[in-house]
Amino acid sequence: MYNKNNILFFYAIVYFAFLYIPVMLLPVFSFNDAIHMVFPLKGFTLKWYDQMIHSSRLHRALMNSVKVGVIASIFSTFIALLAAKAFTKYKVKLRQLSYGAILLPFVIPEIIIAVSLIVLWTGMGLQLGLVPVTISHILFCTPFCMLVLISRMEGFDRNLEEAAMDLGENAWGTFWRVTFPIALPAIVASLLLSFVISFDEFILAFFLSSQDQTLPLYMWGQLRFPKKLPHVLALGAVIIVATSIIVMLSYWLRNLGSPSDKKSNIGGI
Amino acid sequence: MIRFWQKIYAKNDNIKAYSLLLPALILVILAMASPMLLTVVTSFHTQVSMIEIDTTLTFDRYKDFFSRPVYTMLLVRSIKISFFVTLVTLITTYPLAYYIAFYVKKNKMLWIVLMTLPFWTSYLLRVFSWKVILGHKGVINSALIASGMIGEPLSFLIYSQTAVVLTLAHAWAAFAILPLYVSLDKIDKSLLEASYDLGNTKFETFWRVTFPLSLPGVIGAILIIFIPTVGDYVTPQLVGGTDGRMLSNMIQSLFGRANNFPLGAASAVLMLLSVSFVAVVVTYITRKVSLRMS
Repeated sequence: MYNKNNILFFYAIVYFAFLYIPVMLLPVFSFNDAIHMVFPLKGFTLKWYDQMIHSSRLHRALMNSVKVGVIASIFSTFIALLAAKAFTKYKVKLRQLSYGAILLPFVIPEIIIAVSLIVLWTGMGLQLGLVPVTISHILFCTPFCMLVLISRMEGFDRNLEEAAMDLGENAWGTFWRVTFPIALPAIVASLLLSFVISFDEFILAFFLSSQDQTLPLYMWGQLRFPKKLPHVLALGAVIIVATSIIVMLSYWLRNLGSPSDKKSNIGGI
Repeated sequence: MIRFWQKIYAKNDNIKAYSLLLPALILVILAMASPMLLTVVTSFHTQVSMIEIDTTLTFDRYKDFFSRPVYTMLLVRSIKISFFVTLVTLITTYPLAYYIAFYVKKNKMLWIVLMTLPFWTSYLLRVFSWKVILGHKGVINSALIASGMIGEPLSFLIYSQTAVVLTLAHAWAAFAILPLYVSLDKIDKSLLEASYDLGNTKFETFWRVTFPLSLPGVIGAILIIFIPTVGDYVTPQLVGGTDGRMLSNMIQSLFGRANNFPLGAASAVLMLLSVSFVAVVVTYITRKVSLRMS
């Protein structure tokens, strides 16, 4: 009954092109020997990559982004792991309410979270900078990490934990020697994905960072200057390739060792 | 004493659960709820000078908002644009999710990964890419001119609400594909066979069985796309022009150059209120419809 549908297949291919052409355009022009992004292409060059490697402001922005991303991903994964554990192991009272509250930062318009944090931060007389950016990224990444972790932890056999308890492990030992290894692929996936989210995040950083630029802010600043544009494209191409590899890796990790009938488990996102 | 607490802790699953949830809840309360509460309070204040804020409570900022037509217009436009983004995204991704759920037999996972991968690559660059595609000297115009099909660049492509809708529909596609796919994939295939056996055509089966059963995914997609896009800043800034400006661009200037925190706060509060209202209404209507259909 559902063997073939050529019209839908054709549509899927067209949609696929719609999704990918805008993304692939930047890498294509990053090798183009011209400042303006117009067809026809002029010639092949690597000079924009050379320019990219030698920009010291870009290096600083990259370091800032890595710092924020690493801290945000570790904190949000840790906080989310505890929450995921609570939701998968216990019948929590007011479950829907606390679940919804933790997921909320993911849905609320980012600009509202950003301006609220400005009001709080400046109200306390503190300087804006990478600290509030990192806090906002932890807030924004945690719901996401929790969905990734829950979808993994829901799947596994609780008897394993009980068996460990029966064999004399205490709660900590059980967590460390049974739960943790089982959840490990999802934990790594959560770390990787939240790093990517933080690394790419623009709005929160735009409002809260003040002088310290993260990489998306650096790119935003350069987009206005046509002459600076090509090396941003080169940077963009590198980011696209790197994030694609990280995301593929984390998808692979999330399916690692799960039963074959749950191979298509994409719970949450 | 410690023993006593340990005993209670060991017996009560709720305490255990909430001690695990504590960090997450503290995070939400300290980094989201209290700043937002403070923003609500600030929206009742008055900016006196560059640095001075009068904290006497007043409704004047809300009066300001509604007495200046541009604010109301931007709010309405933001909601309108998000509505169309949600609609366009749903209509364009539904057939795709349907295809993957019902027709793709091998490597479903690969399809899903490929369809969601672009979502992970820099949001900023994806939006910028649309500026390049639609621009006056952009990819479409330069290609059309080079091929001799047009003499002058088409100016309606960029700096319009249509450009904003198109760009956002591209940027948020993954958020529609996933929930739609998940709800479609869950549908028990024997229900569809039963529908055919009862003499329903393919279309009737889709309309009476498949579509109503996929409504949870539709609601999920609506909420996760409509709410955040109302506050989108980058897309209207890059491809919107004056015609495509949204409320968030105004909020940004109120917290930046215009330096009027209270009015900015009031705008943010109104944005959140109206988007929550629309979201509740949409969910309610969709639920009603799905109940009636099934």
